[in-house]
Amino acid sequence: MAEITFNDIIKPENLTYRKSRLMTDNVMHYCPGCGHGTAHNVLAEVLEEENLQERTVGITPVGCSVLMYNYIDVDFQEAAHGRAPALATAVKRLMPDKFVFTYQGDGDLAAIGTAETIHTCNRGENILIIFINNGIYGMTGGQMAPTTLPGMKSSTSPYGRDVSRMGSPIKMADIVALLPGTCYVTRQSVNTAGGVRKFKKALKKAVQYQNENRGTCFIEVVSNCPSGWKMTPVESNKWMEENMFPYYPLGDIKVPAE
Amino acid sequence: MAKIKGAVVVDRERCKGCEVCVVTCPTQTLALATEVNSKGYHFSYAANPETCIGCSNCAVVCPDGVITVYKVKIG
Repeated sequence: MAEITFNDIIKPENLTYRKSRLMTDNVMHYCPGCGHGTAHNVLAEVLEEENLQERTVGITPVGCSVLMYNYIDVDFQEAAHGRAPALATAVKRLMPDKFVFTYQGDGDLAAIGTAETIHTCNRGENILIIFINNGIYGMTGGQMAPTTLPGMKSSTSPYGRDVSRMGSPIKMADIVALLPGTCYVTRQSVNTAGGVRKFKKALKKAVQYQNENRGTCFIEVVSNCPSGWKMTPVESNKWMEENMFPYYPLGDIKVPAE
Repeated sequence: MAKIKGAVVVDRERCKGCEVCVVTCPTQTLALATEVNSKGYHFSYAANPETCIGCSNCAVVCPDGVITVYKVKIG
């Protein structure tokens, strides 16, 4: 068997994986190891594979992912803080043939935008909500969020979250799963290759359900925040597996009947 | 038996050195370099290119999409 060299393998016909063509060449502003980047890549891949570039309208939130429109080459609208589902409702009702998604963090979706989220899901608006849950306000400096775990330290809970005074973390996916308007509710992660592939499958299902006008799809992604948690990216992923996953178990919460 | 050989190409200037790909690699192909790129990050590179099996695990978890994977079947 002839020895094969590195340059023999690097040929277009052998290409196995490349960054999605919908990702722009701008360097992402996210911190090293942030789950936002991975989630953006997967979302762009799905939009590319489903040929949705021409008819997608994304709604960006306020938070770290506020500049998402610089990275994925589809149409975007920027919503006021927490109001992405309300704006998505308007876009979808005015242009029912568009694929509409919102991409929100936990400060946006679970704190200031709780009312919009719950009522949008209750009305069963035909949109996809992607919820990135890292248990902290990442952009503003790691303050405590409604999703911060009990005992978890943040810049505004330096002794750990005290449940007796500050309440328990809110499980948004479980809450919206109770509403009749939601069609598909699932919780995924993007820290491992397997998790990324499952998230991609979930996104493809959500695209299919939106094409079939089945109701609101809600995908929660349990993510990390290395800078806010004051850990290295690898440590933060490990911490997330040990602490976040027991409280926010991964898997489908609500699946529509076929 | 057909053998699969892979190769990874890392965009060194865009890599932020988060090490997630290094941990994910099942064959210890990738490692962080001791030198740094122009932004000061220890970029990831194929330290043991001969062990790569082209599974793409590193590329799918890369938050910045800097890894491209090639795979060829030989034998």
